[in-house]
Amino acid sequence: MRKELVINPVTRANNQGQIEVTLENGTVVDCRSGCFFFRGFEIMLRGRDPRDAPYFTERICGICSTAHAMAAALALEDLAGVRPPKNGNILRNLIFAADILQNHIKHFYLFVLPDYVAGPDKSPFAPRYKGGYRLSPQVNARLIQHYFEAADISRVAHEMLTVLGGKAPFTHGVLAGGATVPPDSAVILDLRARLQRIKEFVREKMLPDAQTIADAYPEYYELGNRPLRLLNYDFLPVDPERNRFLFPGKVVEETGVREVNTASITEHLRHAYFAEQGGPLPPETRQPQPQPGKSGAYSWIKAPRYEGKAFEGGPLARLWITGHYRRGVSAMDRIMARVMETDVFCNLTEEWLEELEPDQPIFTPFEVPKEGEGLGLTGAMRGPLLHYMRVERGRLSYYDIITPSAWHFSPRDEKGQPGPVEEALIGTPIENADKPVEIGRIIRSFDPCYACATHVIIGNKKLHQFIA
Amino acid sequence: MPRISSVPTTNNKKSIYWGAVMAREKIVWLITNSCGGDTHSFLNAYHPDFRQMIEEFFDLCYNNHLSAAEGDVAMSILEAFVGGPERAFTLVVEGSIPTAADGMYCILGYRNGKPWTAVEAVQDLATKARYVVAVGTCAAFGGPYAAHPDPIGSKPVSKIVARPVINVPGCPVHPDWIAGTLYHLTRYGEPRLDAYHRPVLFYGETIHDRCERRHYFESGIFAAKPGESWCMYKIGCKGPVTYADCPVRHWSGEHVNWPVGANTPCIGCTSPEFPDGVAPFFEHLPDLSTPAVKVTADRVGILSGVATALGIGAHLAASIFTGRLGHTIRKALGGVNNAGVLRKPARRMKK
Repeated sequence: MRKELVINPVTRANNQGQIEVTLENGTVVDCRSGCFFFRGFEIMLRGRDPRDAPYFTERICGICSTAHAMAAALALEDLAGVRPPKNGNILRNLIFAADILQNHIKHFYLFVLPDYVAGPDKSPFAPRYKGGYRLSPQVNARLIQHYFEAADISRVAHEMLTVLGGKAPFTHGVLAGGATVPPDSAVILDLRARLQRIKEFVREKMLPDAQTIADAYPEYYELGNRPLRLLNYDFLPVDPERNRFLFPGKVVEETGVREVNTASITEHLRHAYFAEQGGPLPPETRQPQPQPGKSGAYSWIKAPRYEGKAFEGGPLARLWITGHYRRGVSAMDRIMARVMETDVFCNLTEEWLEELEPDQPIFTPFEVPKEGEGLGLTGAMRGPLLHYMRVERGRLSYYDIITPSAWHFSPRDEKGQPGPVEEALIGTPIENADKPVEIGRIIRSFDPCYACATHVIIGNKKLHQFIA
Repeated sequence: MPRISSVPTTNNKKSIYWGAVMAREKIVWLITNSCGGDTHSFLNAYHPDFRQMIEEFFDLCYNNHLSAAEGDVAMSILEAFVGGPERAFTLVVEGSIPTAADGMYCILGYRNGKPWTAVEAVQDLATKARYVVAVGTCAAFGGPYAAHPDPIGSKPVSKIVARPVINVPGCPVHPDWIAGTLYHLTRYGEPRLDAYHRPVLFYGETIHDRCERRHYFESGIFAAKPGESWCMYKIGCKGPVTYADCPVRHWSGEHVNWPVGANTPCIGCTSPEFPDGVAPFFEHLPDLSTPAVKVTADRVGILSGVATALGIGAHLAASIFTGRLGHTIRKALGGVNNAGVLRKPARRMKK
């Protein structure tokens, strides 16, 4: 028996998306991941002062803004040939790590937890799909208590950004050239105290809670799985010259782990509403032209591919590369890796706080060249993030951004190969098509950020015809 | 042994927090074309924190970041409000509303089997709402998602609904600004608003007027690069033209710091011109030369009389006052009368 299902809105994600699945005898046989809100950051960036890129691109995303500030700062430093001082590098890593702590804690408790834990029968926990929850009332109540504690703790992480960058989200503290708040003893002590609260919560609540959920829903180690194809860009430089990274950029496949070659990254347009320009495009080429109503297309997200294949990134990819987690590639593996990485970031933050040197420089002044190009690659909360900028006559003339969620939520490519989320959903058995809890659980294991995925749009043609 | 117990209240009315006198206001928080940053900032509230906020002061019936419901179940919540009684809830809109292509650039779900655009959703819900609140600069004024060349025709909430909208801008909004506004609406009705429909309570004075580094400005001590602890004016601070209480409130829920405190310039994120009219962020002149943004001034500034003495006076005698930003400054300073007509500025501009 064939059945079509559409879930829109997909909630508890950063902004919202749509999932369309085809069921045959209760199993997903086809899937299309879409998202129906559009902006146009790459176009809006043209003509702007290159120095504005970090603050401007932060506005792409409310939950991972620091990642965009960092990628833009790295691109600008690449363009200008400048590097931050040692303290500046550490401070930027600290700000980034604090934002990652905020993201991971909020994602696990506020976004993922309600999929597995029955909250009280009031908003925002109700209404919801009825049934499908396995934990005892006592355990449910304990985890909902932790849900609210998590909101407080993710605020504490955001306050670390505020100490070093004036506000959060959209911190002002990450700039090309370094950071802006000198780390005196009061600042370091303040951050240590905040970190201690976060660390206690992660150790005492978050790690055990993740284990509780994994034990109660073990089949999610088999669901949401896809081939071993993981990608990470160089993430968190150990030294300001960027010779070594805490999470080195690597490509992981069954054949082994190897270096990233950015020349292998292309954006496929076959199933996106853009005119094809003679095959897949490398990111630094001209902006594709929109072609609404294009036959066979079903998304405004371009499909990034590495050597023509779909890859996913994020905590699982990073911990696989460092060797901390190599169980498999499934919904629960993604969740467990994200929780483990939260703990890793607590430790890293503690080490960086030790390394800070009061009274040493934090910012390197520089001139922005009038002409040139810059590439900023970094890991981000959800995976690999790329910013590429070109400057002409002192202004941005071209900007390209490939976000982790564009990798994850991409449509099919030139060869008709599905994107990672589509791969993960195809083959999933759905117990009850009236309450397809399995789909949301799998989607959220990717930590979806639709806000990041759909940053590109051009043109103003009518869209009715292709939003069926 | 005597037993300790709580003292019964002398007030016959029961506590407002537990519902007898005033039910918690139902909040429908719609996220349109947005990054979600205002929801994340709302989560950064401290007193009240998130739990107190949604359990004791407000009833957060819908927010697509937080609601457990998804798909049809989520739509059923919104359906109930659209089809329900009038004035039963307060509508909070986060994000701008794309109007190009008949609104199809932002679809919030399916209603009656058809895509429900942000334009329709906001209009449908606004007709029933007790108050309509635009949270964040995108919803209030267009903001970053309406930045030049605005390929999708983004509009603020006030441009698509036929009723007054209370604007609570900021990129993101400060948790106190939105929580305080919602509480004011619930308990005391509409707060006093400026000409841009912002609560005067939070947006009544410029950053510059309350800045903790004002004395450096007066003394002509300026930072030459980010990271220095002097006045940020010369590296682009938009404090003189930005209305918000950041210098005295500080961010976020715990009030620990603010952008100037972090040795960086204010970028004017609560202003109707944000981001085009206040860019470049690190220049103290709005010289963005794009067709959509016509800022004729060659320097920002409506600063006090000391300006000339500081050697930057020439820049400040700018024609800015006749440009788009000048309109804002006039409007904010002078306000509008009841007929919506601009009054003359309350303060004299230094030529």
